Amino acid sequence: MAYSQQLIDHYENPRNVGSLEKTDGTVGTGLVGAPACGDVMKLQIKVGVDGRIEDAKFKTFGCGSAIASSSLATEWVKGKTLDEAEQIKNTEIAQHLSLPPVKIHCSILAEDAIKAAIKDYRDKQQVADGKAAE
Amino acid sequence: MSVNGSSTNGQQVHEPVQVNGLRQDGQNQPQLPIYLDYQATTPCDPRVVQAMLPYFTEKFGNPHSRNHHFGWEAEEAVEKARRQVASIIGADEKEVIFTSGATESNNLALKGVAHFQKDRKNHVITTVTEHKCVLDSCRHLEMEGFKVTYLPVQQNGLIDLEQLKAAITDKTVIVSIMAVNNEIGVIQPLAEIGKICRERGVYFHTDAAQAVGKIPLDVNAMNIDLMSISGHKIYGPKGIGALYVRRKPRVRLDALIHGGGQERGMRSGTLATPLCVGLGEACAIAEKEMASEAERLTYLRDRMYNQFKERLPEVFLNGDLDQRIPGNLNLSFAYVEGEGLMMGIKDLAVSSGSACTSASLEPSYVLRALGVEEELAHTSLRLGIGRFTTEQDVDYAVEHIIESVNKLRSMSPLWEMAQEGIDIKSIQWAEH
Ligand SMILES: Cc1ncc(COP(=O)(O)O)c(C=O)c1O
Repeated sequence: MAYSQQLIDHYENPRNVGSLEKTDGTVGTGLVGAPACGDVMKLQIKVGVDGRIEDAKFKTFGCGSAIASSSLATEWVKGKTLDEAEQIKNTEIAQHLSLPPVKIHCSILAEDAIKAAIKDYRDKQQVADGKAAE
Repeated sequence: MSVNGSSTNGQQVHEPVQVNGLRQDGQNQPQLPIYLDYQATTPCDPRVVQAMLPYFTEKFGNPHSRNHHFGWEAEEAVEKARRQVASIIGADEKEVIFTSGATESNNLALKGVAHFQKDRKNHVITTVTEHKCVLDSCRHLEMEGFKVTYLPVQQNGLIDLEQLKAAITDKTVIVSIMAVNNEIGVIQPLAEIGKICRERGVYFHTDAAQAVGKIPLDVNAMNIDLMSISGHKIYGPKGIGALYVRRKPRVRLDALIHGGGQERGMRSGTLATPLCVGLGEACAIAEKEMASEAERLTYLRDRMYNQFKERLPEVFLNGDLDQRIPGNLNLSFAYVEGEGLMMGIKDLAVSSGSACTSASLEPSYVLRALGVEEELAHTSLRLGIGRFTTEQDVDYAVEHIIESVNKLRSMSPLWEMAQEGIDIKSIQWAEH
C-alpha cells in the first residue's frame, strides 16, 4: 500500500505526542478505540481562559494511519474554540492524509477522540459550575 | 587490530561498534531493504535457476512425448527431479506426483482421498491452525456432507495427541495435520501422529510446505501416507509443488484435474519441465545443506531473540521454542501495534499477525488459536530468516526494531497505562 507524503510525515514526525494532566480542570481527555481491535487513541485538549484550545496532545496505539490521524487532529484543534473543533469531520482528516478506504476507520476514531475530549472537558466544567453554585 | 573493528586475529567480532543503532565502522552494511519473510516465500537459489535454464530453451521437449529425443530428454530431467524430491522425504520416486504447489497438493490430498472413500467413510480430522488451503478444502468437504473435526492446539501451538486419539472414529478417512506452521514455525509430533493413524487404519496427510528441507522427514519412519510440498518455500520456483502418495499400502484418490492421464492419472496436464527440474534441484540442495543451514539459522535466530529479550521488556514468543524450525521467530511486542511497527521499520520486509495487515479485520487466527489475547495478537511480528540472511541483516533488524518499538511505546496510551499500573482489562472499551 502506498501512503501519501502527508501521512508518512505525520507518522515519522508526529506532532504533539505526550500527555496533559488529566485531573486538571482545564484539560479534557478522550480515550477511544479498543486494544482488541488494534487501535486506541488518547487525545487531550487544554482550554484557555478565552475558551480556545491552547494545547493538545495525543498518544495512539495503532497502525500508521491511526497515528497520523490523531497527530493531525491535535494540530487542527489547536487555537480553535470547542464549537469549532467539534466541526472537524473525519472526511477532512481522511482527505488530507489520503487515507486508503480500509483506513477510513482511523479518521473516524480521530473525530471520535476530539469529540470525547471536548465532552470530558465540558462535563468537568459542569461539575465545577455546579460546585460553584452550591 | 584493525581500525574498523571488523576483525581481530582473523576472527569475526560479533559486536560491532554502534551508536544510535547504526554502524560506525561503515563496514558490512547490509543491503536494504532486508528480506525477513522467508515463510512467505524464498528467492530461487541461483543453482536452481542454473539447473532450470536449459529446459526453457534448447531442452524444451514435452516430457510426455514418447517418440523422439526431445521428449526423452525432458522426461529424463523430470524423472531425475522426481527422484530428488523423493529422496529428501525418504520416499520412492513412484510415489511423487508433481502439482502446481502446496495449495493444489492439499486440495488433491483431502478432496481426492475423501471423494474416493465417500461411500465408506465421511469424517476428516484437521487442526485449527492449518493453512487456509487446508481449512478451505475441509469447508468444501463439509458442504458436500463430510464431517470435519478441527482439533484445537495447546498454548505452544502443538496438538494434544490424546485429543487426536479421541477424535478418530471408524468413519474417519483421513487426518490432515501440518508438519510446520507457517506463522509460528512450530513442528507437530509427526511420528507420534503417524503411529496413531496407522494403528487406527486412517490415512495421515501432512502439509509439509514449511517443513521440507528445514527438518528431517521420513515418510516411512513417520507413517505418513500423503505429504504436500511447495517449491517456492525451499528456494525453488513458484508454481510447482508435489504430493507424496504412498504406494504400500496403497492410497487411492480421485483426481481433481482430468485429461491426458499424466502423473498416473492423479494429475493430468503437461508437466512443466523447468519447474520440475527446479523443485528437484531445490530438494537436492536442501537435503545436502540442511544440517549446516539449520545450525547457522539457529545461531542467527537465537542471536535475534536474545537481543530482544535482554533489551526490551514485555516481548513474548508465540509458539513453542524447542519444537520449532530454526528460521522462524514470532514475537509480540506488547503495546505496539504490528502494522504501526512495520511502517517504522520499512527497510525490513516482515509480516504481522495484526488485523490491519490482512484483508479481514480479525487478527491472526493462528495466534488466537494459541490463546494469545487479541490485543497481543495485534502486536505480533513474524521474522523469517533463511539461506541468504546474514548476521549483518539480523543485527541491523534488531537495532531498528528495538528503536521503533521504543519510539512507538513512548507514544502508546496502553504502554503509558501499564507503566501507571492501570489494568487495561479494567477499562470499558468501546469495541468498534
Ligand atoms: C503451510 C503452508 N501450506 C500451503 C501453502 C501454499 O503453498 P503454495 O503457495 O505452494 O500453494 C503455504 C504457503 O503459503 C504454506 O505456508
